[in-house]
Amino acid sequence: MSDYNFAYLDEQTKRMIRRAILKGLAIPGYQVPFASREMPMPYGWGTGGVQVSAAVLTPDDTFKVIDQGADDTTNAVSIRRFFEKTAGVAVTEATAEASVIQTRHRIPEEVLRADQILVYQVPIPEPLRFLEPSEVETRKMHSLEEYGLMHVKLYEDISQHGAIATSYAYPVKVEGRYVMDPSPIPKFDNPKLEMAAIQLFGAGREQRIYAVPPYAKVVSLDFEDFPFEASKADHACDLCGAEDSYLDELIVDDAGGRLFMCSDTDYCSTRRKAGHVGAQGVPLGEDAA
Amino acid sequence: MTPLLQVENIAKFYGARVGCKDVSFDLFPGEVMGIVGESGSGKSTLLNCLAGHLTPDAGAVRFDTKTDGLRDTVTMREPERRMLGRTDWAFVHQHARDGLRMNVSAGGNVGERLMAVGARHYGQIRDTATDWLGRVEIAADRIDDRPTAFSGGMQQRLQIARNLVTGPRLVFMDEPTGGLDVSVQARLLDLLRGLVREMGLSAIIVTHDLAVVRLLADRLMVMKDGHVVETGLTDQVLDDPQHAYTQLLVSSVLQV
Repeated sequence: MSDYNFAYLDEQTKRMIRRAILKGLAIPGYQVPFASREMPMPYGWGTGGVQVSAAVLTPDDTFKVIDQGADDTTNAVSIRRFFEKTAGVAVTEATAEASVIQTRHRIPEEVLRADQILVYQVPIPEPLRFLEPSEVETRKMHSLEEYGLMHVKLYEDISQHGAIATSYAYPVKVEGRYVMDPSPIPKFDNPKLEMAAIQLFGAGREQRIYAVPPYAKVVSLDFEDFPFEASKADHACDLCGAEDSYLDELIVDDAGGRLFMCSDTDYCSTRRKAGHVGAQGVPLGEDAA
Repeated sequence: MTPLLQVENIAKFYGARVGCKDVSFDLFPGEVMGIVGESGSGKSTLLNCLAGHLTPDAGAVRFDTKTDGLRDTVTMREPERRMLGRTDWAFVHQHARDGLRMNVSAGGNVGERLMAVGARHYGQIRDTATDWLGRVEIAADRIDDRPTAFSGGMQQRLQIARNLVTGPRLVFMDEPTGGLDVSVQARLLDLLRGLVREMGLSAIIVTHDLAVVRLLADRLMVMKDGHVVETGLTDQVLDDPQHAYTQLLVSSVLQV
């Protein structure tokens, strides 16, 4: 073990964060202000998510971090190492084995269970921010449930693009009360927000924590004649052949050759291990990398 | 007949200074009331107190709500008051910029109040917006333009459309024609007069322009130093002013 207190933060700070989390769970979708601490990483790298993870981790937990679905990007690797070092918890890349999953901008493809916690990193927690710059006014709009403005944004989308062009950070209404920014997850993931696991959202720079309790009702906002649609690239994964997963598009050569692959790396490799092969894929272990 | 708005002894103080004091009147459905007076006479303070933008220090403003009859809007809960502000009331600001969302298209501006009261059908919202743009003489093909691309008179007409789209019963207007040149002003007044008659609106118009009240208002209230000095039918007050200040006001109008 190291000289750090368990999970880096001091116990008083963790208690403060836990109180904010409990309040957030009691009022689904409500943004609870909390005294965000300085963390050893820049704002925008997941300081909010890290503080929430630190507050919920126990020594028995198994921790997983994904960044846009991938376990192996700089952000994911450094946060995973951070908790390996400061908390000494077990880490994993397998979604099913993790008890706490910190995520940046994705929900894992695999269905999460009741004994898991999903922690989101949130850059801007206020869904009304780009329409109403005043925090005083947006808070009043939340407290009085005046959400007409959110639809003005969607109206503008349709009038300009012919369809709701918002494709990530798509606003939702939680339990019929608070309008919430689900963090910049693709709208493909919005239907998954109704899940068995606890979902916690942390915004470090903006000093807000909010939560969606298990099985809470989460409705994506839309118009009757322009209903919400969870969209993804119209393609199957070129590596594992999955047709139901969210895809990243890669340009692979100078001739404009393209490859679509699952953004959830654990989901993709699990499928490849089970013998699924996509259009451009080779069985796992035989590829050059 | 129940008055639509019953104002009783409204007073608003800014520290030791009087904003307005002892103002009482009844406004009946379909009636247009003008409030005139010089700058600083308390007419805008009074209007903001009536519309719920300012909290008066004393007095009551009772509005004939659709469900519960006369209710005091001063002591009413804030959500209810703001709901009135979106449905039964309309507020036309002097500067269109104060009443419009400048970074949202004209259609979005008109549609906002509809969406705020629960409209969730894009096609219907857009049809209503197009209809209202037509009624305020804005071409239908400007629906996706932002108000920043509109002239001053168009912005003011857009603001009126945005306010009247939910079919309010009471319209507050703060110098609706201020800052517009005379020909634009005349068309706007014509439009307002048409809408008021057609929709049977009640309105309270604050202005320092006596010609505007002569055209629009049935009744007139003259204010000076926060007090009402004279009330009466518009023609009566303007043609036969009784109070010294009103006489001064009427005789100060420049003749062309």
